[in-house]
Amino acid sequence: MAVTGAVLVLFLLGHMLGNLKIFLGAGSFNHYADWLRTVGSPALPDRTLLTITEIVLVLAVALHMWAAVSLARRAAKARPVKYAAKRRSQAGGYATRTMRYGGVIIVLFVIWHLLDMTFGTVNPEGGDATPYDRMIAGFQPGRWWVGLFYLVAMVMIGLHLRHGLWSAFQSLGLTRRPRVRNALRAGAAVVSAVLVVGFVAAPVCIMIGVVK
Amino acid sequence: MNLTLKIWRQSGSSDKGRMVTYRVEDVSPDMSFLEMLDVLNERLILEGDDPVAFDHDCREGICGMCGMVINGVAHGEQRATTTCQLHMRHFEDGAVITIEPWRAAPFPVIKDLVVDRSSFDRIIQAGGFVSVPAGSAPDAHAVPVPKEDADAAFDAATCIGCGACVAACPNGSASLFTAAKITHLGLLPQGQPERDSRARAMVEQMDAEGFGGCTNTGECTAVCPKGIPFDTIARMNADYLRSASK
Amino acid sequence: MKFRRRQQQEPVAPSPSPSPSSSVSLPVSPPRPGTYRTGEPIRDTKAPSGPVEDRWDTRRFQAKLVNPANKRKLTVIVVGTGLAGGSAAATLGELGYKVKSFCYQDSPRRAHSIAAQGGINAAKNYRGDGDSVYRLFYDTVKGGDFRARESNVYRLAQVSVNIIDQAVAQGVPFAREYGGLLDTRSFGGAQVSRTFYARGQTGQQLLLGAYQALERQIAAGTVEMHTRHEMLEIVVSGGRARGVVVRDMVTGEIETHLADAVVLATGGYGNVFFLSTNAKGCNTTAIWRAHKKGAYFGNPCFTQIHPTCIPVSGDYQSKLTLMSESLRNDGRVWVPLRKGDGRAPADIPEDERDYYLERIYPAFGNLVPRDIASRAAKNVCDEGRGVGPGGLGVYLDFADAIARLGRDAVEKKYGNLFEMYERITGENPYEVPMRIYPAVHYTMGGLWVDYDLQSTIPGLFVIGEANFSDHGANRLGASALMQGLADGYFVLPTTIGDYLAGAGAFGPVEEDDVAEARKAVQDRIDRLLSVNGTRTADSYHRELGRIMWDYCGMERTEESLRKALERIPELREEFWNNVKVPGDAEGLNQALERAGRVADFFELAELMCVDALHRTESCGGHFRAESQDADGEALRDDENFAYVAAWEWTPDGPVLHKEELDYEYVKMTQRSYK
Repeated sequence: MAVTGAVLVLFLLGHMLGNLKIFLGAGSFNHYADWLRTVGSPALPDRTLLTITEIVLVLAVALHMWAAVSLARRAAKARPVKYAAKRRSQAGGYATRTMRYGGVIIVLFVIWHLLDMTFGTVNPEGGDATPYDRMIAGFQPGRWWVGLFYLVAMVMIGLHLRHGLWSAFQSLGLTRRPRVRNALRAGAAVVSAVLVVGFVAAPVCIMIGVVK
Repeated sequence: MNLTLKIWRQSGSSDKGRMVTYRVEDVSPDMSFLEMLDVLNERLILEGDDPVAFDHDCREGICGMCGMVINGVAHGEQRATTTCQLHMRHFEDGAVITIEPWRAAPFPVIKDLVVDRSSFDRIIQAGGFVSVPAGSAPDAHAVPVPKEDADAAFDAATCIGCGACVAACPNGSASLFTAAKITHLGLLPQGQPERDSRARAMVEQMDAEGFGGCTNTGECTAVCPKGIPFDTIARMNADYLRSASK
Repeated sequence: MKFRRRQQQEPVAPSPSPSPSSSVSLPVSPPRPGTYRTGEPIRDTKAPSGPVEDRWDTRRFQAKLVNPANKRKLTVIVVGTGLAGGSAAATLGELGYKVKSFCYQDSPRRAHSIAAQGGINAAKNYRGDGDSVYRLFYDTVKGGDFRARESNVYRLAQVSVNIIDQAVAQGVPFAREYGGLLDTRSFGGAQVSRTFYARGQTGQQLLLGAYQALERQIAAGTVEMHTRHEMLEIVVSGGRARGVVVRDMVTGEIETHLADAVVLATGGYGNVFFLSTNAKGCNTTAIWRAHKKGAYFGNPCFTQIHPTCIPVSGDYQSKLTLMSESLRNDGRVWVPLRKGDGRAPADIPEDERDYYLERIYPAFGNLVPRDIASRAAKNVCDEGRGVGPGGLGVYLDFADAIARLGRDAVEKKYGNLFEMYERITGENPYEVPMRIYPAVHYTMGGLWVDYDLQSTIPGLFVIGEANFSDHGANRLGASALMQGLADGYFVLPTTIGDYLAGAGAFGPVEEDDVAEARKAVQDRIDRLLSVNGTRTADSYHRELGRIMWDYCGMERTEESLRKALERIPELREEFWNNVKVPGDAEGLNQALERAGRVADFFELAELMCVDALHRTESCGGHFRAESQDADGEALRDDENFAYVAAWEWTPDGPVLHKEELDYEYVKMTQRSYK
């Protein structure tokens, strides 16, 4: 869980940085997208990096989900008879409680997101437009519900990451000393917040017309 | 005060069990929760009913024998308190209180609120000790232990083995219990020679007993009557990873 | 020691098919309450003579050894898993014996040793403050008010140092100083700092050490653990203890387990008072069954009352909670000067308060020994000056300490105790003085054992609080843990070998003896279930406890004891005719367990009163109002009572065997704390 999660977090950081290039204009953004396809060229065939990334990501997502499902199944097996009274959380931690259904929402979002931005299937501009145009088109104010879905999903991802990151540190045994523990806990929150803000910045700016 | 109790009744391990509602009247706020159940049981006996079976012994919060899930919270909502130390002044007159046993497959119900926690003993058997036969010990001052380590070891060692951590964990994990012992012994110089094998054996035994996996929800620490720190689990994970990498 | 069990009558159930209405002949019916006969004196024949410091060495050398290859063929049963039983079972397992261990709790880790707060004494002299084995020996004999054996106590002091080594090596997290060495404190009025501690949970940490050692042996296969099993009878065959009959508390099954020796480590019997600081499950059944099969009972009336417990709050009270004695280091004990003063403590001005301990004992003040502090509290409450519900409490006030040291310092020292107090009483001791009252805490009496810890039934060994041996008439603070572990880790594993070395000659266990023991158990259970009366076992237990507390408690008089001896048999008869035990013998039946224990408490209670009545002196925890000096202090009668009262059970009433006590090293003196 921790290892696959770490892979996905690294990807998200890269993805976010790429997204932010939209503020540098269509040229920069499209050039970056193009570079992703041709990196290493001509020594390597086109899409080498992308293909490797895609394979790693698919594997990471699959393993991450598999780990989640087996944890959930183990949990169900460990408690065959449920409590009659609603179990009241004593630990607080809203993020913690959203991990499982949050994960499902995120998966649904990723599917939509791929259809929208990668394949263009559900994008008004279609798959042949430049990435910049697809992005601008995707978040037009008229399609506010797409933007809203995106925002909700980002918040979910933020929550997921906040607990996920911290949980990974704990699972790897890095949180033994109070000082380190507090630093890592804060670090997890900061990284999650940065990611949410970074991802949300572009669509919001498109929707309010700052980026056209 | 007058209360309505909804209590899990199950005559034996083969019985399916059900919730049964009882009324108790004239409960004094100074009663402990178990004394309130004593009063109910005295009445049930005289009425020819089967009294509610529940585990308890020292009634001063240290033996770890008592434990029930009260209104969905292990040992009730009062923090850092075992069921025997919970007092009725924390409930309101007329309250409806749901009382259930610890729920976990490795804690099968024996009767009513009594569960079998021998899985905990087996986890200790797997390695929760220092191998030192009586009479073979060096002088107690032979190895100084930094106070900080001794204090941290003590914090972990105060675990009373009640099982509330398992009962509260959404995954039914026994990580806090197991980690407490691994931490206690792992922090002391006396525990070093067996540190790796202990962590591996205890974690493997915990998994073999059928406890769930830890997802770091922190529910265990929150209900723990002794406040066993959550970072013990990190320590267990670190020791386990270290032993696995050897 | 001659023992002829076959000549004794089956004591428990007179008829195999009892009916609730049949007139019941009682388990013990002495001709007249309080009467007893005096039998032959008894001697401890195992303690070597010679200089006291060499005796344990001598005995260890004299003791026969068991061939290591033979050890695994020898079975030892250990009942109870507290400090004594847990450490004994683990150690015997390490030595290679086949051990069967039993406890009534769901895990050996729960035994009531776990609740001991204060600490454990050891003559380490790590402070260099003049402590020594001899000083610990001296203090313990004197503290026990000269009713303990010098040989035993000296050995205890010797072994005490090994206990600390053993516990530290096991990973017991004792308190340490910044230099990494062990911290100690002075405790219970001792003038040297010899008490090792682990915050307020020393008993827990030591017990977990023993428990872990035990679990290690269970994993190794040398110890077979039987949890949720209650010992209900001992099997004596060929004059030797050869096994136990137990009830599986989960299935209800009656099981027999045979062995070459049986060790009882079943703790004290303070619960005869119903309210005590013992765990709810603590009971006398194991030692009482053994007593009725021939084990003498030593000094049953020696009970320790602890002065600092949280007072009773109502009729529903199920147990009493001890507050560490260390509170008396900074708290001041007082009651209102005026009788029936109903004002809140804060409204009572200084000059209308009576700091009675400081007034009566100016030298020791609030730090007088347990028995003196307890009795003084009782006296002021008897005068009508007690505080709290029922007037059974005195204030323990920290206002001065808070003013002097600051709230933070007080919190640092006593924070967890204050929290515990507030959790139970709902009162904040930083603002309102604590209320405390004495409660039954420990029983110095127990089965009589010799230097080898063997009872008068050959092959039956008794260790820890269950025996009578080391504390005389009064136990010093932090000595219970020391004795339990000394017995279990170091003494018994050596001495039992001497007995087991002769196991080749024991012969097979006779089937009749097993059948008889099983039948006694079965009949008893059947009978308890068949009465079907109108009162619960708990209600009888409460009433018995009340009688014991009122008439055989902190202060005893001939009159009160005679009253108790009249009331107890009456109540016991009513119990056997009118108790209501629901359910059946199959499966978990906690009401049945309780009823069986109460039945035994009734019989023990009577013997305690007989013992208390016969000992017309005051000593240690036993205070006879008739025997006090002009200042109201306990007055020993060494001329007539410098002996251990070892009681033999017979169908015709108790028989007293006296073991004279000689003091070669510690001069007998009267205690004074003025």
